[in-house]
Amino acid sequence: MRVLVIEDDAQLCGYLAKAFGEIGASVDLAENGRDGLFLAAGNRYDAMVVDRMLPELDGLAIIRTLRASGNPTPVLILSALGEVDHRVEGLRAGGDDYLVKPFAFSELHARIEALLRRATPGDAPVTHLSVADLELDLLKREVQRAGQPIALQPREFKLLEYLMRHAGQVVTRTMLLEHVWDYHFDPQTNVIDVHISRLRAKIDKDFEQPLLQTVRGAGYMLRAD
Amino acid sequence: MALPASARRAWRWLRASRFTLTSSTFRLALLYMLLVGVSVAILLGFLYWSTAGYMARQTDATIGAEIQGLAEQYRRRGLAGLSTLIAERIARNPQGASIYLLTQPNGTPIIGNLDSWPPVAPDGEGWVQFRTQQASAGKASVEHETRAKVFRLRGELRLLVGRDARELAAIRKLVLDAISWGLAITVGLALLGGWLMSAGIARRLDIINQVSREIMQGDLTRRVPSAGTGDDFDQLAENLNRMLERIEALMLSIRQVSDNIAHDLRTPLSRLRHRLELLRGSMRDEAARTEVEVAIGDADELLSAFNALLRIARIEAGSRRAAFADLDPLPLLRDVAELYEPLAAESRQAIEVEGAGGDSGNDRGACRLHADRDLLFQALANLVDNAIKHTPDGGRIRLRAHCTSEAVELSVSDDGPGIPAELRDKVLQRFFRIDESRAAPGHGLGLSLVQAVAQLHGATLSLEDAAPGLRVRLHLPKPARVDFNLPGCWDRAPAGALLGQPVGPAASRYGQQAVPPPKGVPR
Repeated sequence: MRVLVIEDDAQLCGYLAKAFGEIGASVDLAENGRDGLFLAAGNRYDAMVVDRMLPELDGLAIIRTLRASGNPTPVLILSALGEVDHRVEGLRAGGDDYLVKPFAFSELHARIEALLRRATPGDAPVTHLSVADLELDLLKREVQRAGQPIALQPREFKLLEYLMRHAGQVVTRTMLLEHVWDYHFDPQTNVIDVHISRLRAKIDKDFEQPLLQTVRGAGYMLRAD
Repeated sequence: MALPASARRAWRWLRASRFTLTSSTFRLALLYMLLVGVSVAILLGFLYWSTAGYMARQTDATIGAEIQGLAEQYRRRGLAGLSTLIAERIARNPQGASIYLLTQPNGTPIIGNLDSWPPVAPDGEGWVQFRTQQASAGKASVEHETRAKVFRLRGELRLLVGRDARELAAIRKLVLDAISWGLAITVGLALLGGWLMSAGIARRLDIINQVSREIMQGDLTRRVPSAGTGDDFDQLAENLNRMLERIEALMLSIRQVSDNIAHDLRTPLSRLRHRLELLRGSMRDEAARTEVEVAIGDADELLSAFNALLRIARIEAGSRRAAFADLDPLPLLRDVAELYEPLAAESRQAIEVEGAGGDSGNDRGACRLHADRDLLFQALANLVDNAIKHTPDGGRIRLRAHCTSEAVELSVSDDGPGIPAELRDKVLQRFFRIDESRAAPGHGLGLSLVQAVAQLHGATLSLEDAAPGLRVRLHLPKPARVDFNLPGCWDRAPAGALLGQPVGPAASRYGQQAVPPPKGVPR
């Protein structure tokens, strides 16, 4: 995985380089907008992390320029501005995801993985998802495991669908709140954990192999290993 | 009993004007009336004494002078002369007020218009007061009060000269009547004057009270108006306003200090967190890794408090109005309930959603709000989160939306221990936590954030006794009014304007704690 980081905070840059290095990704760094745009236009990256406020060239301007020239590289915007309208502005400019500072690296990593998955070509609309012996039919809205039907509440279905679409990836609690519940907010208690354990009770309890796993310090992952 | 409409109107007006027994207006008016009444009574008493008393003295002097004159005549002209003179005088006013009686030493009348000697003994100076029967022509005899003086002439003859006192009594009555009327009118005027005077004072005090109440309800921008006359009340208003400015400045600076601290400490804190994260990645020892994860969890807790603080500041600065949109609050309530239902179920608590007004077919569209969806969700989530934390196992939490044509009211109530009335204002303060809840997780900013959200929406937040439990009500005015009814949202910029960098709902970014909070935390 090759990632371009355009960020003017040297300390954060160093940290990101080190952290990406540890998960085996190669990182190019740019400390201002102009260098960043040069690098992005002249190389192929799997993903880009762009700070919103940069010297010389604004982060949103870089993204607009890239998109105008037909560059489809998934972009994650980093910003200290976290209000909904800022987020909408960033996504309209062509960003694929928006992360507010300060953030945990595990969150950034999980989101970039999700972006990479989205970027892989899979043109035909998905109607059926499966992980190991767990199957989810999006048209009939049915779930079964090892041939046994499992009854789920609508929200549980949505939660499982999101986890299955990102099977094998870490999914953070914030990502779940944003995509399954569609609210940008800060729960004072880990309400998501309880939803996960309910879902787990339904899909894992009577089966030998647990599929829904907790990734400590990061979030959850659905996988068959 | 049917009071006349005008009397009822007057009563209503009196009640409306707070003219009650306890009001200072009433007491001042009463005191004023008493003071004026007493002084006028003293004045009129003196007047009475000097008029009626003077006339009585005058009568006595006349009687004395007449006796002197008659005695003189007797000395000069003897009994015959005196008798003639008395007869002449009686003849001059047959029905008049003058009374004469001359008797032998044994009491046999010689001449006079009195039948017999009065039965009363004269006092030391010879004065006597008695009633006479006087037959007036064609009428029944009338009793009259008579004042007379007895005199002994030489030869032991006794002479009585008196005056019928009825004129005097009539005059005295006249004066007394005049005095009573005068006193009554004075008291009435004093009452009216006192009321007018104190009503003026009360009106200005009322204005000050009204403003104070509004300020206590949280609108620190209100000021006491001055009448522009420079009088005592204007000075009071000016002093109060100066005091308020000082309080507002102090509060603002406290807020700014805490916001600035939050902002300045956030950067090193997130670096600390990054370093810890890196450290954890490079560690092989499982026990040490766990320790680092606990440290990351601690850093997350701090960051989440700082972020919440900054978020409140941002919301208070009112810069988030761009995200406002029309929405129906009922699905929002259902989503909150749905999100928290499993958490509540862990303590066997039930969450109910109840909507009124918006769902009925003919009233469609009535339940619309102009609001920031995420912030409103956040506020409701905080309230439900609190309710779950503070309600004992098996409790019930109720979310309710009530829509009318003017406003939407959202409420979250529980049947837990509630909040004592005297603490209800305090729990809205930043970092305030009731002692009993200090053991529970949280940083005491949840309700402050709810209040900030309420203010941004021009809504009023109130905490009430749900008997048992707590009810938190959010009263949101309808869209049409929101735009015009948002004083202070735009002009209250300083708290946010002073922050170098705006912030977002970033606390959630650190939501994943390395070590989940222990499940058995006492609630």
